Amino acid sequence: MPEYIIIGVFALVGILFAGAAMVFSRIVAPRFPDAGKKLNSYESGEDTIGSARIQFKIGYYLFALVFLVFDVEAVFLFPVLGILRSAGGSGSHISPLFVWCELLVFIAILGFALFYAWRKKVLEWE
Amino acid sequence: MKAYAVNHPIGDIVRSLLPAPWAAIANGALAVAVIAGLVTVSAIFLIWLERKVCAHFQARLGPTRVGPFGLLQPIADAIKLLMKENLRPRGVDNLAYFMAPLLPITGSFLVLAVMPFDHNLQVVDLQAGVVYVVAVSGLGILGILIGGWGSNNKYSLLGSMRSGAQLFSYELSMVLCLLLIVMASGSASLREIVLSQQGTVADWWIFKLPVAGFLAFFLFMISSTAELNRGPLDLSEAESELTGGFHTEYTGISFSMFFLAEFVNMFASAGLGATFFLGGFLAPQFGIGPVDYALAAVPGVIWFFLKTYFLIFLYMWFRWTFPRLRIDHLLSLEWKFLLPVSMANLLLAATLVTFKLIIP
Repeated sequence: MPEYIIIGVFALVGILFAGAAMVFSRIVAPRFPDAGKKLNSYESGEDTIGSARIQFKIGYYLFALVFLVFDVEAVFLFPVLGILRSAGGSGSHISPLFVWCELLVFIAILGFALFYAWRKKVLEWE
Repeated sequence: MKAYAVNHPIGDIVRSLLPAPWAAIANGALAVAVIAGLVTVSAIFLIWLERKVCAHFQARLGPTRVGPFGLLQPIADAIKLLMKENLRPRGVDNLAYFMAPLLPITGSFLVLAVMPFDHNLQVVDLQAGVVYVVAVSGLGILGILIGGWGSNNKYSLLGSMRSGAQLFSYELSMVLCLLLIVMASGSASLREIVLSQQGTVADWWIFKLPVAGFLAFFLFMISSTAELNRGPLDLSEAESELTGGFHTEYTGISFSMFFLAEFVNMFASAGLGATFFLGGFLAPQFGIGPVDYALAAVPGVIWFFLKTYFLIFLYMWFRWTFPRLRIDHLLSLEWKFLLPVSMANLLLAATLVTFKLIIP
Protein backbone atom coordinates (compact mmCIF):
# COMPACT_ATOMS: atom_id res chain seq x y z
CA MET A 1 0.00 0.00 0.00
CA PRO A 2 2.81 2.56 0.23
CA GLU A 3 1.87 3.87 -3.20
CA TYR A 4 -1.54 4.86 -1.96
CA ILE A 5 -0.12 6.62 1.08
CA ILE A 6 1.79 8.89 -1.28
CA ILE A 7 -1.37 9.40 -3.31
CA GLY A 8 -3.07 10.41 -0.06
CA VAL A 9 -0.30 12.89 0.64
CA PHE A 10 -0.82 14.29 -2.84
CA ALA A 11 -4.52 14.77 -2.22
CA LEU A 12 -3.72 16.53 1.02
CA VAL A 13 -1.16 18.80 -0.65
CA GLY A 14 -3.67 19.65 -3.37
CA ILE A 15 -6.28 20.67 -0.83
CA LEU A 16 -3.74 22.54 1.30
CA PHE A 17 -2.33 24.36 -1.73
CA ALA A 18 -5.74 25.71 -2.70
CA GLY A 19 -6.84 26.19 0.92
CA ALA A 20 -3.70 28.14 1.82
CA ALA A 21 -4.15 30.45 -1.15
CA MET A 22 -7.74 31.12 -0.10
CA VAL A 23 -6.80 31.78 3.52
CA PHE A 24 -3.92 34.03 2.48
CA SER A 25 -6.19 36.02 0.21
CA ARG A 26 -8.67 36.34 3.08
CA ILE A 27 -5.92 38.03 5.10
CA VAL A 28 -4.54 40.38 2.45
CA ALA A 29 -7.65 41.16 0.42
CA PRO A 30 -9.47 44.41 1.17
CA ARG A 31 -13.06 44.52 2.39
CA PHE A 32 -15.50 47.19 1.34
CA PRO A 33 -18.82 47.80 3.08
CA ASP A 34 -21.99 46.51 1.48
CA ALA A 35 -23.93 49.41 0.05
CA GLY A 36 -27.13 47.40 -0.36
CA LYS A 37 -27.23 45.33 -3.53
CA LYS A 38 -23.63 44.27 -3.67
CA LEU A 39 -24.22 40.74 -2.45
CA ASN A 40 -27.16 39.97 -4.74
CA SER A 41 -26.46 37.11 -7.09
CA TYR A 42 -25.76 38.31 -10.59
CA GLU A 43 -28.59 38.52 -13.07
CA SER A 44 -27.27 40.84 -15.73
CA GLY A 45 -27.53 43.87 -13.48
CA GLU A 46 -31.22 43.60 -12.64
CA ASP A 47 -32.45 42.85 -9.13
CA THR A 48 -32.32 39.15 -8.41
CA ILE A 49 -35.67 37.44 -8.78
CA GLY A 50 -36.26 34.51 -6.46
CA SER A 51 -33.87 31.76 -5.57
CA ALA A 52 -31.84 29.68 -8.00
CA ARG A 53 -33.36 26.48 -6.66
CA ILE A 54 -35.55 26.24 -9.72
CA GLN A 55 -36.88 23.44 -11.86
CA PHE A 56 -34.63 22.73 -14.78
CA LYS A 57 -34.49 20.39 -17.68
CA ILE A 58 -34.73 16.70 -16.82
CA GLY A 59 -32.72 15.88 -19.95
CA TYR A 60 -29.46 16.22 -18.04
CA TYR A 61 -30.43 13.27 -15.86
CA LEU A 62 -31.33 11.06 -18.79
CA PHE A 63 -27.82 11.56 -20.11
CA ALA A 64 -26.45 10.80 -16.67
CA LEU A 65 -28.36 7.51 -16.60
CA VAL A 66 -27.16 6.41 -20.02
CA PHE A 67 -23.67 7.45 -18.97
CA LEU A 68 -23.81 5.11 -15.97
CA VAL A 69 -24.42 2.12 -18.23
CA PHE A 70 -21.40 2.88 -20.36
CA ASP A 71 -19.16 3.83 -17.48
CA VAL A 72 -19.77 0.48 -15.81
CA GLU A 73 -19.04 -1.06 -19.19
CA ALA A 74 -15.63 0.59 -19.20
CA VAL A 75 -14.84 -0.85 -15.78
CA PHE A 76 -15.81 -4.35 -16.94
CA LEU A 77 -13.80 -3.96 -20.12
CA PHE A 78 -10.58 -3.24 -18.23
CA PRO A 79 -9.77 -6.81 -17.11
CA VAL A 80 -10.88 -8.36 -20.41
CA LEU A 81 -8.76 -6.00 -22.47
CA GLY A 82 -5.90 -6.37 -20.03
CA ILE A 83 -5.51 -10.09 -20.73
CA LEU A 84 -6.16 -10.02 -24.48
CA ARG A 85 -2.50 -9.45 -25.27
CA SER A 86 -1.18 -12.15 -22.95
CA ALA A 87 -3.90 -14.71 -23.75
CA GLY A 88 -2.55 -17.70 -25.63
CA GLY A 89 0.99 -17.00 -24.43
CA SER A 90 2.97 -19.18 -22.08
CA GLY A 91 1.14 -19.96 -18.85
CA SER A 92 -2.21 -18.80 -20.20
CA HIS A 93 -5.07 -21.27 -20.61
CA ILE A 94 -7.39 -18.93 -22.45
CA SER A 95 -7.32 -18.74 -26.20
CA PRO A 96 -7.19 -15.20 -27.58
CA LEU A 97 -9.99 -16.07 -29.97
CA PHE A 98 -12.25 -16.82 -26.99
CA VAL A 99 -11.48 -13.44 -25.41
CA TRP A 100 -12.07 -11.74 -28.75
CA CYS A 101 -15.49 -13.43 -29.14
CA GLU A 102 -16.48 -12.41 -25.62
CA LEU A 103 -15.44 -8.85 -26.37
CA LEU A 104 -17.51 -8.93 -29.54
CA VAL A 105 -20.61 -10.12 -27.68
CA PHE A 106 -20.11 -7.58 -24.90
CA ILE A 107 -19.70 -4.62 -27.24
CA ALA A 108 -22.59 -5.85 -29.39
CA ILE A 109 -24.90 -5.81 -26.35
CA LEU A 110 -23.75 -2.30 -25.50
CA GLY A 111 -24.12 -1.23 -29.08
CA PHE A 112 -27.68 -2.47 -28.90
CA ALA A 113 -28.22 -0.48 -25.69
CA LEU A 114 -27.01 2.65 -27.42
CA PHE A 115 -29.17 1.92 -30.45
CA TYR A 116 -32.20 1.43 -28.16
CA ALA A 117 -31.57 4.70 -26.33
CA TRP A 118 -31.18 6.41 -29.69
CA ARG A 119 -34.47 5.03 -31.04
CA LYS A 120 -36.27 5.89 -27.78
CA LYS A 121 -35.13 9.49 -28.34
CA VAL A 122 -33.22 9.66 -25.07
CA LEU A 123 -30.36 11.26 -26.96
CA GLU A 124 -32.52 14.01 -28.47
CA TRP A 125 -32.32 17.48 -27.02
CA GLU A 126 -35.42 19.62 -27.52
CA MET B 1 6.83 -0.75 -4.35
CA LYS B 2 8.62 -0.41 -7.65
CA ALA B 3 9.61 2.45 -9.91
CA TYR B 4 9.64 4.97 -7.15
CA ALA B 5 10.08 8.65 -7.69
CA VAL B 6 12.99 8.71 -6.67
CA ASN B 7 15.17 5.97 -8.05
CA HIS B 8 16.93 9.04 -9.11
CA PRO B 9 20.52 9.83 -8.10
CA ILE B 10 19.13 12.43 -5.72
CA GLY B 11 16.89 9.77 -4.17
CA ASP B 12 19.94 7.56 -3.66
CA ILE B 13 21.80 10.36 -1.91
CA VAL B 14 18.83 10.88 0.43
CA ARG B 15 18.70 7.13 1.04
CA SER B 16 22.37 7.00 1.96
CA LEU B 17 22.05 9.91 4.39
CA LEU B 18 18.94 8.90 6.35
CA PRO B 19 17.72 5.68 8.01
CA ALA B 20 15.18 3.69 5.95
CA PRO B 21 11.74 4.95 7.05
CA TRP B 22 12.86 8.57 7.12
CA ALA B 23 14.50 8.31 3.72
CA ALA B 24 11.22 7.06 2.21
CA ILE B 25 9.35 9.96 3.79
CA ALA B 26 11.97 12.46 2.69
CA ASN B 27 11.90 11.12 -0.85
CA GLY B 28 8.11 11.25 -0.89
CA ALA B 29 8.17 14.84 0.34
CA LEU B 30 10.75 15.70 -2.29
CA ALA B 31 8.59 14.21 -5.02
CA VAL B 32 5.50 16.07 -3.82
CA ALA B 33 7.45 19.33 -3.65
CA VAL B 34 8.88 18.88 -7.14
CA ILE B 35 5.48 18.13 -8.65
CA ALA B 36 3.82 21.00 -6.78
CA GLY B 37 6.51 23.37 -8.03
CA LEU B 38 6.23 22.00 -11.54
CA VAL B 39 2.47 22.38 -11.54
CA THR B 40 2.62 25.98 -10.44
CA VAL B 41 5.36 27.02 -12.83
CA SER B 42 3.78 25.12 -15.69
CA ALA B 43 0.35 26.62 -15.09
CA ILE B 44 1.78 30.12 -14.91
CA PHE B 45 3.72 29.54 -18.10
CA LEU B 46 0.61 28.13 -19.79
CA ILE B 47 -1.42 31.21 -18.93
CA TRP B 48 1.23 33.33 -20.60
CA LEU B 49 1.43 30.94 -23.57
CA GLU B 50 -2.35 30.94 -24.00
CA ARG B 51 -2.45 34.72 -24.15
CA LYS B 52 0.50 34.94 -26.52
CA VAL B 53 -0.77 32.20 -28.85
CA CYS B 54 -4.26 33.68 -28.85
CA ALA B 55 -2.82 37.11 -29.63
CA HIS B 56 -0.74 35.87 -32.52
CA PHE B 57 -3.69 33.97 -33.98
CA GLN B 58 -5.53 37.28 -34.01
CA ALA B 59 -2.54 39.27 -35.33
CA ARG B 60 -1.96 41.05 -32.02
CA LEU B 61 1.10 41.07 -29.80
CA GLY B 62 -0.37 39.94 -26.49
CA PRO B 63 1.24 40.88 -23.16
CA THR B 64 4.54 42.71 -23.65
CA ARG B 65 4.85 45.11 -20.73
CA VAL B 66 5.56 43.07 -17.59
CA GLY B 67 8.96 41.42 -17.83
CA PRO B 68 10.67 40.22 -21.02
CA PHE B 69 8.05 39.27 -23.65
CA GLY B 70 5.45 39.81 -20.95
CA LEU B 71 6.56 36.63 -19.21
CA LEU B 72 5.78 38.00 -15.77
CA GLN B 73 2.23 38.94 -16.76
CA PRO B 74 0.65 35.84 -15.10
CA ILE B 75 2.41 36.69 -11.83
CA ALA B 76 1.01 40.20 -11.97
CA ASP B 77 -2.40 38.65 -12.65
CA ALA B 78 -2.02 36.28 -9.72
CA ILE B 79 -1.17 39.12 -7.35
CA LYS B 80 -4.12 41.11 -8.65
CA LEU B 81 -6.48 38.18 -8.12
CA LEU B 82 -5.10 37.58 -4.65
CA MET B 83 -5.79 41.19 -3.69
CA LYS B 84 -9.41 41.18 -4.86
CA GLU B 85 -12.18 41.34 -2.31
CA ASN B 86 -13.70 37.96 -1.51
CA LEU B 87 -17.42 38.28 -2.06
CA ARG B 88 -19.87 35.76 -0.77
CA PRO B 89 -23.21 36.44 -2.45
CA ARG B 90 -26.47 36.22 -0.57
CA GLY B 91 -28.03 32.77 -0.28
CA VAL B 92 -25.06 30.61 -1.23
CA ASP B 93 -24.71 27.16 0.23
CA ASN B 94 -21.65 27.81 2.38
CA LEU B 95 -20.04 24.38 2.44
CA ALA B 96 -20.59 23.73 -1.27
CA TYR B 97 -19.49 27.24 -2.23
CA PHE B 98 -16.17 26.99 -0.42
CA MET B 99 -15.43 23.36 -1.16
CA ALA B 100 -15.99 23.56 -4.92
CA PRO B 101 -12.78 25.43 -5.88
CA LEU B 102 -10.65 22.94 -3.94
CA LEU B 103 -11.78 19.84 -5.86
CA PRO B 104 -10.68 20.48 -9.46
CA ILE B 105 -7.18 21.53 -8.47
CA THR B 106 -6.81 18.50 -6.20
CA GLY B 107 -7.98 16.24 -9.03
CA SER B 108 -5.45 17.61 -11.46
CA PHE B 109 -2.68 17.32 -8.85
CA LEU B 110 -3.58 13.67 -8.36
CA VAL B 111 -3.36 12.89 -12.07
CA LEU B 112 0.21 14.19 -12.11
CA ALA B 113 1.15 11.78 -9.33
CA VAL B 114 1.27 8.86 -11.78
CA MET B 115 2.61 10.77 -14.78
CA PRO B 116 5.92 9.30 -16.00
CA PHE B 117 8.10 12.33 -16.71
CA ASP B 118 11.21 10.27 -17.33
CA HIS B 119 12.63 6.77 -16.86
CA ASN B 120 13.17 7.40 -13.19
CA LEU B 121 11.04 10.46 -12.60
CA GLN B 122 7.59 9.33 -11.59
CA VAL B 123 6.11 9.71 -8.15
CA VAL B 124 4.21 6.41 -8.03
CA ASP B 125 3.64 3.80 -10.67
CA LEU B 126 0.27 2.20 -9.98
CA GLN B 127 -0.57 -1.15 -11.57
CA ALA B 128 -4.02 0.19 -12.34
CA GLY B 129 -2.71 3.61 -13.36
CA VAL B 130 -5.28 4.17 -16.10
CA VAL B 131 -8.24 3.37 -13.85
CA TYR B 132 -6.81 5.72 -11.26
CA VAL B 133 -6.34 8.56 -13.76
CA VAL B 134 -9.92 8.25 -14.98
CA ALA B 135 -11.21 8.10 -11.41
CA VAL B 136 -9.41 11.17 -10.07
CA SER B 137 -10.10 13.29 -13.10
CA GLY B 138 -13.76 12.91 -12.12
CA LEU B 139 -13.10 15.20 -9.15
CA GLY B 140 -13.06 18.16 -11.53
CA ILE B 141 -16.62 17.41 -12.65
CA LEU B 142 -17.72 17.19 -9.02
CA GLY B 143 -16.16 20.55 -8.25
CA ILE B 144 -17.99 22.19 -11.12
CA LEU B 145 -21.35 20.63 -10.23
CA ILE B 146 -21.02 21.48 -6.54
CA GLY B 147 -19.87 25.03 -7.28
CA GLY B 148 -22.69 25.65 -9.73
CA TRP B 149 -25.31 24.36 -7.34
CA GLY B 150 -23.85 26.11 -4.29
CA SER B 151 -23.66 29.54 -5.94
CA ASN B 152 -27.41 30.14 -5.87
CA ASN B 153 -27.34 31.74 -9.29
CA LYS B 154 -29.39 30.61 -12.27
CA TYR B 155 -26.57 31.05 -14.74
CA SER B 156 -24.24 29.02 -12.53
CA LEU B 157 -26.80 26.27 -12.11
CA LEU B 158 -27.45 25.95 -15.84
CA GLY B 159 -23.76 26.20 -16.61
CA SER B 160 -22.84 23.47 -14.18
CA MET B 161 -25.63 21.17 -15.37
CA ARG B 162 -24.55 21.60 -18.96
CA SER B 163 -21.02 21.09 -17.91
CA GLY B 164 -21.87 17.90 -16.04
CA ALA B 165 -23.72 16.48 -19.06
CA GLN B 166 -20.85 17.42 -21.34
CA LEU B 167 -17.99 16.24 -19.13
CA PHE B 168 -19.32 12.82 -18.31
CA SER B 169 -20.51 12.22 -21.86
CA TYR B 170 -17.09 12.90 -23.31
CA GLU B 171 -15.41 10.91 -20.59
CA LEU B 172 -16.85 7.78 -22.21
CA SER B 173 -15.11 8.13 -25.53
CA MET B 174 -11.94 9.25 -23.80
CA VAL B 175 -11.93 6.17 -21.58
CA LEU B 176 -12.53 3.91 -24.58
CA CYS B 177 -9.51 5.43 -26.36
CA LEU B 178 -7.32 4.94 -23.30
CA LEU B 179 -8.64 1.37 -22.93
CA LEU B 180 -7.59 0.67 -26.49
CA ILE B 181 -4.00 1.43 -25.58
CA VAL B 182 -4.30 -0.62 -22.38
CA MET B 183 -5.32 -3.53 -24.57
CA ALA B 184 -2.58 -3.00 -27.15
CA SER B 185 0.18 -2.66 -24.59
CA GLY B 186 -1.22 -5.29 -22.21
CA SER B 187 -0.74 -3.13 -19.12
CA ALA B 188 -2.59 -0.40 -17.24
CA SER B 189 0.52 1.10 -15.65
CA LEU B 190 1.53 4.35 -17.33
CA ARG B 191 5.22 3.51 -17.15
CA GLU B 192 4.68 0.12 -18.80
CA ILE B 193 2.61 1.77 -21.52
CA VAL B 194 5.47 4.11 -22.34
CA LEU B 195 7.99 1.28 -22.31
CA SER B 196 5.80 -0.74 -24.68
CA GLN B 197 6.52 1.90 -27.33
CA GLN B 198 10.27 1.45 -27.40
CA GLY B 199 11.88 1.31 -30.81
CA THR B 200 11.48 3.78 -33.63
CA VAL B 201 8.80 6.41 -34.13
CA ALA B 202 6.74 3.75 -35.93
CA ASP B 203 6.45 1.92 -32.60
CA TRP B 204 4.49 4.72 -30.98
CA TRP B 205 0.92 3.60 -30.52
CA ILE B 206 -0.38 6.31 -32.82
CA PHE B 207 1.43 4.58 -35.73
CA LYS B 208 1.87 1.03 -34.48
CA LEU B 209 -1.78 0.03 -34.69
CA PRO B 210 -2.77 0.57 -38.31
CA VAL B 211 -5.73 3.01 -38.58
CA ALA B 212 -6.98 2.22 -35.05
CA GLY B 213 -4.09 4.00 -33.33
CA PHE B 214 -4.45 7.21 -35.25
CA LEU B 215 -8.23 7.17 -34.97
CA ALA B 216 -7.95 6.65 -31.22
CA PHE B 217 -5.57 9.62 -30.97
CA PHE B 218 -7.95 11.76 -33.02
CA LEU B 219 -10.93 10.80 -30.82
CA PHE B 220 -8.84 11.32 -27.69
CA MET B 221 -7.94 14.86 -28.75
CA ILE B 222 -11.59 15.77 -29.41
CA SER B 223 -12.92 14.27 -26.20
CA SER B 224 -10.14 15.67 -24.05
CA THR B 225 -10.82 19.14 -25.48
CA ALA B 226 -14.36 18.68 -24.21
CA GLU B 227 -13.11 17.32 -20.88
CA LEU B 228 -10.94 20.40 -20.48
CA ASN B 229 -13.88 22.69 -21.07
CA ARG B 230 -12.01 24.49 -23.78
CA GLY B 231 -13.32 26.08 -26.91
CA PRO B 232 -14.92 25.04 -29.25
CA LEU B 233 -16.48 22.75 -26.62
CA ASP B 234 -16.54 25.19 -23.69
CA LEU B 235 -20.28 25.28 -23.19
CA SER B 236 -20.14 25.34 -19.40
CA GLU B 237 -18.73 28.82 -19.39
CA ALA B 238 -19.95 30.10 -22.74
CA GLU B 239 -19.68 33.78 -21.82
CA SER B 240 -21.95 34.94 -24.60
CA GLU B 241 -24.90 32.88 -23.31
CA LEU B 242 -24.26 32.14 -19.64
CA THR B 243 -22.19 35.16 -18.49
CA GLY B 244 -19.46 32.80 -17.27
CA GLY B 245 -21.30 29.60 -16.40
CA PHE B 246 -20.54 27.78 -13.19
CA HIS B 247 -18.05 30.37 -11.92
CA THR B 248 -20.26 33.44 -12.38
CA GLU B 249 -20.42 34.03 -8.61
CA TYR B 250 -16.78 33.30 -7.85
CA THR B 251 -14.38 36.19 -7.37
CA GLY B 252 -10.72 36.71 -6.64
CA ILE B 253 -8.82 33.73 -5.43
CA SER B 254 -11.62 31.17 -5.54
CA PHE B 255 -12.21 32.01 -9.20
CA SER B 256 -8.51 31.71 -9.91
CA MET B 257 -8.49 28.22 -8.38
CA PHE B 258 -10.91 27.06 -11.09
CA PHE B 259 -8.82 28.89 -13.63
CA LEU B 260 -5.57 27.35 -12.42
CA ALA B 261 -7.12 23.87 -12.34
CA GLU B 262 -8.11 24.33 -15.96
CA PHE B 263 -4.51 24.97 -16.97
CA VAL B 264 -3.08 22.19 -14.82
CA ASN B 265 -5.67 19.88 -16.34
CA MET B 266 -4.62 20.93 -19.79
CA PHE B 267 -1.05 20.01 -18.94
CA ALA B 268 -2.13 16.68 -17.42
CA SER B 269 -4.35 15.82 -20.35
CA ALA B 270 -1.72 16.65 -22.96
CA GLY B 271 0.75 14.67 -20.88
CA LEU B 272 -1.58 11.67 -21.00
CA GLY B 273 -1.90 12.04 -24.77
CA ALA B 274 1.90 12.12 -25.09
CA THR B 275 2.27 9.12 -22.77
CA PHE B 276 -0.33 6.96 -24.47
CA PHE B 277 0.15 7.81 -28.12
CA LEU B 278 3.45 9.60 -28.66
CA GLY B 279 5.89 7.52 -26.67
CA GLY B 280 5.99 9.69 -23.53
CA PHE B 281 9.54 10.27 -22.40
CA LEU B 282 11.09 8.11 -25.15
CA ALA B 283 13.24 9.96 -27.65
CA PRO B 284 12.01 9.73 -31.26
CA GLN B 285 14.17 7.27 -33.20
CA PHE B 286 14.25 7.00 -36.97
CA GLY B 287 16.52 4.05 -37.52
CA ILE B 288 19.36 6.26 -38.78
CA GLY B 289 22.39 5.62 -36.56
CA PRO B 290 23.93 9.05 -35.83
CA VAL B 291 20.61 10.92 -35.74
CA ASP B 292 19.18 8.39 -33.30
CA TYR B 293 22.24 8.64 -31.14
CA ALA B 294 22.01 12.43 -30.98
CA LEU B 295 18.26 12.37 -30.22
CA ALA B 296 18.65 9.72 -27.53
CA ALA B 297 21.27 11.87 -25.81
CA VAL B 298 18.59 14.46 -24.95
CA PRO B 299 17.07 13.66 -21.53
CA GLY B 300 13.66 11.96 -21.58
CA VAL B 301 12.04 14.68 -19.51
CA ILE B 302 12.73 17.18 -22.29
CA TRP B 303 11.08 14.92 -24.86
CA PHE B 304 8.12 14.52 -22.54
CA PHE B 305 7.73 18.27 -22.24
CA LEU B 306 8.18 18.86 -25.98
CA LYS B 307 5.47 16.33 -26.84
CA THR B 308 3.18 17.65 -24.13
CA TYR B 309 3.59 21.24 -25.24
CA PHE B 310 3.00 20.23 -28.84
CA LEU B 311 -0.38 18.78 -27.81
CA ILE B 312 -1.12 21.85 -25.70
CA PHE B 313 -0.45 23.98 -28.76
CA LEU B 314 -2.95 21.82 -30.67
CA TYR B 315 -5.57 22.50 -27.97
CA MET B 316 -4.94 26.23 -28.30
CA TRP B 317 -5.10 25.99 -32.07
CA PHE B 318 -8.53 24.27 -31.85
CA ARG B 319 -9.78 26.96 -29.56
CA TRP B 320 -8.97 29.85 -31.85
CA THR B 321 -10.01 28.08 -35.05
CA PHE B 322 -13.46 26.57 -34.53
CA PRO B 323 -16.66 28.33 -33.46
CA ARG B 324 -18.44 27.12 -30.34
CA LEU B 325 -20.94 24.28 -30.72
CA ARG B 326 -24.55 24.41 -29.56
CA ILE B 327 -25.43 22.17 -26.60
CA ASP B 328 -27.60 19.76 -28.62
CA HIS B 329 -24.98 19.52 -31.35
CA LEU B 330 -22.36 18.89 -28.72
CA LEU B 331 -24.25 16.01 -27.15
CA SER B 332 -25.15 14.56 -30.55
CA LEU B 333 -21.51 14.70 -31.55
CA GLU B 334 -20.59 12.57 -28.56
CA TRP B 335 -23.46 10.09 -28.39
CA LYS B 336 -24.17 9.66 -32.08
CA PHE B 337 -20.68 9.92 -33.46
CA LEU B 338 -17.72 9.71 -31.07
CA LEU B 339 -19.08 6.94 -28.86
CA PRO B 340 -20.15 4.51 -31.63
CA VAL B 341 -16.97 5.23 -33.55
CA SER B 342 -14.75 4.66 -30.54
CA MET B 343 -16.58 1.39 -29.75
CA ALA B 344 -16.07 0.22 -33.33
CA ASN B 345 -12.48 1.36 -33.16
CA LEU B 346 -11.96 -0.66 -29.99
CA LEU B 347 -13.25 -3.75 -31.79
CA LEU B 348 -11.01 -3.04 -34.74
CA ALA B 349 -8.00 -2.74 -32.47
CA ALA B 350 -9.02 -5.92 -30.60
CA THR B 351 -9.11 -7.75 -33.92
CA LEU B 352 -5.69 -6.41 -34.84
CA VAL B 353 -4.24 -7.49 -31.50
CA THR B 354 -5.92 -10.91 -31.48
CA PHE B 355 -4.82 -11.87 -34.96
CA LYS B 356 -1.39 -10.29 -34.47
CA LEU B 357 -1.85 -7.73 -37.22
CA ILE B 358 0.12 -5.05 -35.39
CA ILE B 359 2.91 -3.61 -37.47
CA PRO B 360 5.93 -5.18 -35.75
